[in-house]
Amino acid sequence: MSIVIKNGRVIDPKNNVDQQLDVYVAAGKIAGIGAAPAGFVANQTIEAAHLVVCPGLVDLSARLREPGDEHKARLVSELKAAVAGGVTSLACPPDTDPVLDEPGLVEMLQYRAKQQGLANVYPLGAITRQLQGKALAEMSELQTAGCVGFSQANTAITDTQVLWRAMEYAATFGYTLFFHAEEPFLAANGVAHDGEVASRLGLKGIPSAAEALALASILRIAQETGAKVHISRLSTAEGVAMVRTAKSQGLNITSDVSANHLHLTEHDIGYFNTHCHLKPPLRSQRDKDALCLGLKDGTIDAVCSDHTPVDDDAKLTTFAEAEIGATGLELLLPLTLKWAQQEKLSLTAAIASITCTPANILGISAGDLSINSIADICIFDANAYWTVNANTIKSQGKNTPFLGLELAGKVNFTVVNGKIVYPQ
Amino acid sequence: MNNPQLDADGRLKHLLSIEGLPKKILNQILDTAESFVGVAEREVKKVPLLRGKTVCNLFFENSTRTRTTFEIAAKRLSADVISLNVNASSQSKGETILDTINNLIAMHADMFVVRHAQSGAAHFIAQHVPAHIHVINAGDGRHSHPTQGLLDVFTIRKYKPDLHNLRVAIVGDILHSRVARSEIHALTTLGVPEIRVIAPKTLLPTQVEKLGVHVYHDINAGLKDVDVVMMLRLQNERMNGAMLPSVQEYFKTYGLTQERLALAKPDAIVMHPGPMNRGVEIDSSVADGRQSVILPQVTYGIAIRMAVMAILAGGQAGGAQ
Repeated sequence: MSIVIKNGRVIDPKNNVDQQLDVYVAAGKIAGIGAAPAGFVANQTIEAAHLVVCPGLVDLSARLREPGDEHKARLVSELKAAVAGGVTSLACPPDTDPVLDEPGLVEMLQYRAKQQGLANVYPLGAITRQLQGKALAEMSELQTAGCVGFSQANTAITDTQVLWRAMEYAATFGYTLFFHAEEPFLAANGVAHDGEVASRLGLKGIPSAAEALALASILRIAQETGAKVHISRLSTAEGVAMVRTAKSQGLNITSDVSANHLHLTEHDIGYFNTHCHLKPPLRSQRDKDALCLGLKDGTIDAVCSDHTPVDDDAKLTTFAEAEIGATGLELLLPLTLKWAQQEKLSLTAAIASITCTPANILGISAGDLSINSIADICIFDANAYWTVNANTIKSQGKNTPFLGLELAGKVNFTVVNGKIVYPQ
Repeated sequence: MNNPQLDADGRLKHLLSIEGLPKKILNQILDTAESFVGVAEREVKKVPLLRGKTVCNLFFENSTRTRTTFEIAAKRLSADVISLNVNASSQSKGETILDTINNLIAMHADMFVVRHAQSGAAHFIAQHVPAHIHVINAGDGRHSHPTQGLLDVFTIRKYKPDLHNLRVAIVGDILHSRVARSEIHALTTLGVPEIRVIAPKTLLPTQVEKLGVHVYHDINAGLKDVDVVMMLRLQNERMNGAMLPSVQEYFKTYGLTQERLALAKPDAIVMHPGPMNRGVEIDSSVADGRQSVILPQVTYGIAIRMAVMAILAGGQAGGAQ
């Protein structure tokens, strides 16, 4: 199988490429850029004039809901959604049922994902057994089974002794730990940013200080232990400032923001819109501005979709009782492009934050179009608008605050391992 | 974003929250209620405005007073009334709110009076009922209790007709209070120039001043020269914990006593949405004292609820003949 992608605008941030070039794919790999390799014969030709050809997107957080929550989404539906959104590699958090704290589960998940031949799935193992924050999961075994890092998903390790040991242990082997920074006591029963809107609507708030407090512990212990830490889904201005300081002090940390939080604030809750019940909560305009700026100046390294498909019924209730989460795999590209456009940044900057940078955080070989690298490619029209609705979204979860909105950035083709997987 | 409470012509479609309602509609409700006050004093305490209509009181959270006054209001308007304590029946069997509602719609209910422990429940229901059905919020979580807010301003208007020249203090657990939020919105919309909230920091919502109120932590300073003192009920579960150390300490620091009331204007009125905790937020001598208008509040509550139902069901007509 060999493909030539002709006349596209190739943007490969890692290799500093932004130029109209032909891309040659053979035997699952990038065989040539610009010039065809010797003896190249194309089986397939993709005409990509006026389209962007970039590395397949890498998503740092996408829930596939298997095992255990198949009524919310299926591996098949979500991997189809991934490639429809140009995502060719994704990390999934361990908060499945059962929790990804056993090598057998990780192997099974990867096996089932590989059978689909769609996006590549990189599981994050649980840091602690059952995500209970008490005993460490078998990180080394889990890593051998295929985990690329470890996470507590949305839960916290409240016992700082355990947190310390987890980081020491992970640092021993050089594993990356992914943390969602939220102090659980302050955040208890909270459903929205503790601010003007929650006060008005009578919703229990989650103060910004919950993020700052958790971050303070994580950063301090990371400094002591030298652990590689990734902060998932920053949500506050203060959190961004803390990560900025920690980075300037030379800590080995990275961070991301969800695409939702680049565009939405507490005010988008409106009249109790349950699609805006997210974790972390949508915060103030000031926080949103700080997140956008943090991503621009590199304090925040990457954008993730925080893809969390929820079944319709789970959103059809009151705000506090509605299940947390929004579908996101197919919105990662358009929402990141929208951010870059608002910040007057180049397409290269936008694409870097969803390709080579997250790939680097996960330590996987993906996110670039280097010669001989695996051919995972996203081909999209940056100027084509599409409307977000239940029909256009392929994910089983149709829940997103962006329903009804028109967004620019439509994926035309997705290539994984040198094969066109979208459209099928 | 469309205002979910108004129809395309700006008429009241549902009563979900005071916030977002124009002054004109608040005054329409208050004026209509005025005409209903007399109905209770007639020999036949009924008007036929809602004859043939079915009002469904849907209480997902317990209440005696509010449910009873809504029932009486609907009956005085000649409606058929069913009252359901959903807490005790369907919800415990796992039925969703929407299933409960849809079943009642299938039984041809015309109007829902809803109380629910979660903020936003009435909005949620209003979003999912057919256009001919009206929803009245009888209290949702900490969010809103619009008929209470309306009956409170109705009571104030009775005793202090010049709303543009009033100082009002709301004392107590603002944080958890849908009543306080509704009162604040009603008072600000009707042009009351100074609203004070008096509470310890643990019982105030974040950025409460953005609702247009002045914040006091010292009750003596807060009550000085006010025309109206609105006390709030302190829920049992907040009394001994991280919010407040004890009932005794709360009464000492924030309880309304005769001495404290003397700091307000001599003709100040004292209000309470009920049910009262005597000796916790209010001293019995004040609750039963000459400045108390707590029982008139209850009476006016019926007139307000009749007015809201009449306006919703009968369009603009409303009012007793």
